[in-house]
Amino acid sequence: MKPRHKRIAAIAIGVVALGIVTALVLSAFQENLVFFFTPSEVAANKAPQGRTFRIGGMVEKGSVRRQADGVTVQFTVTDTAKSIAVNYRGALPDLFREGKGVVAQGQLSADGVFRASEVLAKHDENYMPPEAKLAVEKAHEASRTLKP
Amino acid sequence: MIPELGQVALSLALAVALFASVSALAGAEKSNAEWMAFARPASQSLTLLVAFAFGCLVHAFVVNDFSVAYVANNSNSALPLQYRVAGAWGGHEGSLLLWTLILGVWTSAVALFSRHLPEEMAARVLGVMNLISTGFLAFMLFTSNPFDRLLPAPADGRDLNPLLQDPGMVLHPPMLYMGYVGFSVAFSFAVAALLAGRLDATWARWSRPWTTVAWVFLTIGIALGSGWAYYELGWGGWWFWDPVENASFMPWLCGTALIHSLAVTEKRGAFRSWTVLLAIFAFALSLLGTFLVRSGVLTSVHAFAVDPKRGVFILGLFALFVGGALALYAWRTARIGLGGSFAPVSRESFLLANNVLLAAAAGTVFLGTLYPLALDALGGGKISVGPQYFEAVFVPIMAPALFLMGIGPLARWKHSSLPELAVLLRWALAVSLTLGLLLPLAMGSWKPMVGFGLSLALWVVLASLLSLRKGARTRSQYGMVVAHIGMAVFVVGVTLVKGYEAEKDARMRPGDTVEVGGYSFLLEGVADVAGPNYQAARAKVSVSREGRPLRVLHPERRLYTVQQSVMTEAAIDTGLTRDLYVSLGDPLEGGAWLVKVQYKPFIDWIWGGCLIMALGGLLAATDRRYRFSLQAKQDNVVEAAA
Repeated sequence: MKPRHKRIAAIAIGVVALGIVTALVLSAFQENLVFFFTPSEVAANKAPQGRTFRIGGMVEKGSVRRQADGVTVQFTVTDTAKSIAVNYRGALPDLFREGKGVVAQGQLSADGVFRASEVLAKHDENYMPPEAKLAVEKAHEASRTLKP
Repeated sequence: MIPELGQVALSLALAVALFASVSALAGAEKSNAEWMAFARPASQSLTLLVAFAFGCLVHAFVVNDFSVAYVANNSNSALPLQYRVAGAWGGHEGSLLLWTLILGVWTSAVALFSRHLPEEMAARVLGVMNLISTGFLAFMLFTSNPFDRLLPAPADGRDLNPLLQDPGMVLHPPMLYMGYVGFSVAFSFAVAALLAGRLDATWARWSRPWTTVAWVFLTIGIALGSGWAYYELGWGGWWFWDPVENASFMPWLCGTALIHSLAVTEKRGAFRSWTVLLAIFAFALSLLGTFLVRSGVLTSVHAFAVDPKRGVFILGLFALFVGGALALYAWRTARIGLGGSFAPVSRESFLLANNVLLAAAAGTVFLGTLYPLALDALGGGKISVGPQYFEAVFVPIMAPALFLMGIGPLARWKHSSLPELAVLLRWALAVSLTLGLLLPLAMGSWKPMVGFGLSLALWVVLASLLSLRKGARTRSQYGMVVAHIGMAVFVVGVTLVKGYEAEKDARMRPGDTVEVGGYSFLLEGVADVAGPNYQAARAKVSVSREGRPLRVLHPERRLYTVQQSVMTEAAIDTGLTRDLYVSLGDPLEGGAWLVKVQYKPFIDWIWGGCLIMALGGLLAATDRRYRFSLQAKQDNVVEAAA
């Protein structure tokens, strides 16, 4: 091969490799995007079945219940307009509290209960997860526009 | 009174930095030795002034001066002394001050150790570094002043976030910032070289030790942060692909690429424009990391709306430094030239592949971290990118990088022959494949990914040792081998933790036992204890293996009284081949507790590997030949004097 051909071959290999990496990255990205829905949106059947997504809102006061095994927890997440029952197995984060903001990630089961694989409550007691705040704001706005 | 002195010192520092950068840069442009001569003393006084201001802030924390708003927000009179000192960098304003102080330390170091450089080069580097200081001091004074008063002063402070009350807080941020800010030196060297229009092997040799030292600090800083998250967050994870972590990981990936590409530029004069670009990007990502973590952009994109002045200032600074450097790059890049040519099979090619892979890795982290933020800022809705994305992408990108890591150091510069490399490496390949595929059997069960990971790690170790037999035995060669072995140790840790970790969430009453990973954990009881600023429930858990008692662990569940926040303090039995990790969850009815028990094989190898990498970097950065030119110059001076 002439040096020029070698160079062309090297560039071609580089372009192909870059293409493969890009394709790989974008497909992984597409598959693992986790979308966010408010409890009102879930109630309006806007959330997908059989795909992982996030919900956010406030933990309804008095809704946290532990099942007999002590490990499974049930609670309700509300955006003040609609609420959704959440089921989670495992230890809750330190900052999880009734009446406080929370974000949960998981899937919606056929019976309408949200099975969370992860419950997030962030690093600071003043901090409201932006998703939870958004959910409550959206619900407020919706109720305002509905009023005559 | 003392906070006002700090404020005055900061204002003076701003004036000094502005003066130093203008006189040094203008002096270098006009070849005016008198103007350039200001750069060194001005840099030293800048550092002293900022250090004085920092001392004033620490003093305000130590004496509990809650009339300073920043102290009132981040401290409390019941907070132990060491955390009051560390609280100085527990919030936005103070960590900016720490950042500026560390920038001053690096600038002074450059001023001290740049006497062997041509005067104009040194002046330009110091000028650019002082310009960065100017930007940060202005940002701090105009939008985030740590010395702002709060009148009337509250009786007591709002306390430091309990998560930050940990020895990790004393070490992790300063180390991380030493790394972030250290890349400003490589950045300044690159900008100075662009300004001078001279990018050659000497430029690369000057930049190399600085870049490596910054990388060492960043490596240690990230490892400390990961270890801290592991034991303090209480749930046993060591890396969460959280935006805050990614913010420190991107400059690391870019800096690692830069170290390798600088090697090519120094030895062969190749990759020049790419190296300059990497130097700019490494610092740009450091800036981005600092801003993302500390400006509140991450907790909510809308934090910009809360204090629009801050957000605009940040974007302005970022645009000025990064945009300015890139514009200069675009303008001057034609003059740089491409450097020496090389064959498709040569050390240059392997290092090029390393750079492409590391840059691709940095790009994927960038995409996964910033796309959700950008989408949200543009009103496109809220999404998040899970750890699965990063894991799915990282293995296929890093596996070839590890494979090439074995070959690269053995390949010759300019031209190397594949058959020769194959002969050299065939035994290493055979041994690592066989052992790597057999070893998982010793762990109890065979898993393909574990076999793959261990084979790669063994391959890196064996090939690195081989390269010692072939290559020159200089200190930097040893440094490279040590750093690569550190990477292998890290890979072993990650592979085995991912492959064999086990955990159990259990409801336990005193007297109950759970079995995890072949160990049994007996909950003996839970007692109430009081700490300096918290109340805690403290469990006593006896660990035994096959009936033989091993250790007693004391996990705690603390309630920090000022902020009324609950913290899980896990108890960990650390070992060379495994950690046992017990955390105490919520109290349940009937005197029972939720207890999480985890078995983490080889997890300490992850941080051990990082420390070995850092050690390798330190060895490489202290190689004689970087000091040689300094020595030669001093000898000349002595001779001239005689």
